[in-house]
Amino acid sequence: MKKIVTEVIPLNFWKYSTPKTVFPIASKVIPMAFLFAVILCVAGIYVGFFVAPTDFQQGEVYRIIFIHVPSAWMSMFIYIIIVFWSLMGLIFNTRLSFMMAQSLAPTGAVMTVIALWTGALWGKPTWGTWWVWDARLTSELILLFLYIGYIVLGASIDDIRRSDRTSAILALIGAVNIPIIYFSVEWWSTLHQGASISLTAAPKMAASMFLGLCLMSLSFWMYTIGAAFYRLRIVILKREKSSTWLREFEGAP
Amino acid sequence: MSLTLIVFAVVKRDMQQAVKRPSDLLTVFCFFILSSGLFAIGIGPDPELQKNIGVGVIWASALLASILALGELFSGDERDGVLEQMLLVPEPLTVIMLAKIIGHWVVTGLPIVLVSPFLGIFFGFSTNALLVLASSLLLGTPILSLLGAVGAALTLGVRGATALAALLILPLYIPVLVFGSLATNAALIGTEVSSHLSLLVALLIFALVLAPLFVSASLKVALD
Repeated sequence: MKKIVTEVIPLNFWKYSTPKTVFPIASKVIPMAFLFAVILCVAGIYVGFFVAPTDFQQGEVYRIIFIHVPSAWMSMFIYIIIVFWSLMGLIFNTRLSFMMAQSLAPTGAVMTVIALWTGALWGKPTWGTWWVWDARLTSELILLFLYIGYIVLGASIDDIRRSDRTSAILALIGAVNIPIIYFSVEWWSTLHQGASISLTAAPKMAASMFLGLCLMSLSFWMYTIGAAFYRLRIVILKREKSSTWLREFEGAP
Repeated sequence: MSLTLIVFAVVKRDMQQAVKRPSDLLTVFCFFILSSGLFAIGIGPDPELQKNIGVGVIWASALLASILALGELFSGDERDGVLEQMLLVPEPLTVIMLAKIIGHWVVTGLPIVLVSPFLGIFFGFSTNALLVLASSLLLGTPILSLLGAVGAALTLGVRGATALAALLILPLYIPVLVFGSLATNAALIGTEVSSHLSLLVALLIFALVLAPLFVSASLKVALD
């Protein structure tokens, strides 16, 4: 009778904490992520503009929701991921965590700008004004300045070790703003409408609208992954330019 | 050395230094008055309009003056090596930093609180509104010093430090500005002010607990 040997291979997370392992993975993920982003975006816009019904209150103008809401979600979510990687970097002392956080920040800033911009375009026909200084809009604007401050602070410190850690601490401080943005429509009476979608209840909108939103959100996710990994590759190339693994990987002499 | 003694020693040292070089203090103090005055001159002599914008002008000027005051908070101590010694002593760095911030507030924040009622008179505030303006600044300016210290610690020794600290910290000042001006505006139109002041107290406690931790962490990274 044969003896079955079961071997337990411990899953080594640290393997994925070095630029050497992640660089080739990022290179493979980037084109896939961008491809999915385009496909999902086309599908989402089709569902949003041709399948989803007209809103009985706001008419056709509500259709900007398919860009506004996913970008607003991503603007907050990317910040949470930056906080996560900053914490990881400060606790475990992993260089790659800081690189991840820094690679995400410009995409987060872009998402915040898109959310503010489309919000203004939506506000003009429905509220009659481009901008009000209410809690939701102000806190989202603060988020934009947090992103810009994070990027500028990181860029203005030459010593990489200090730059990484200092901007990570700033990211942690700014984290206090995220719950304020999210709950601002509940805590204060604002012009901005409350959430129509929550994790705990059925969405308060037509199924095709919800489908369109889901597709667009997934598309924005894919774009974020692609863009962040693209930037991560550049950061790794810059910082590790003298390392042997990179030369071997590129096949240079 | 007990913690209270450390706090007293650090605050005393900072105040002695401030007395030796009064120009730094005067700059901040005069900036606050000038900035408020510039708005008043800019909008013209309409008393009703001046009364309406007065609160926002005084509060925003306090925010800007507080940012201006950050320049020398840690950089002087860094130049002569005192900051490094503060990191090396066995006493907790957070307590020393809290004392630094208290000392900084006494020499830059407190004068703003004390002069604010006079500025309020220029904008035509009622007596009650003057009291609320001063007490909201009394609660608000320590928060500005606490948050500002974090900005100063993050940007210590970085090129263009003050401008960078302004970019990082002014967005975080906004809640203080909101509740401080809400309280004073409520006093001007005669509605309830205590809820806004309570929120300022809450912000102050929040900042009092967290800011020294972040300052210490940033300084440890900066002087690593």
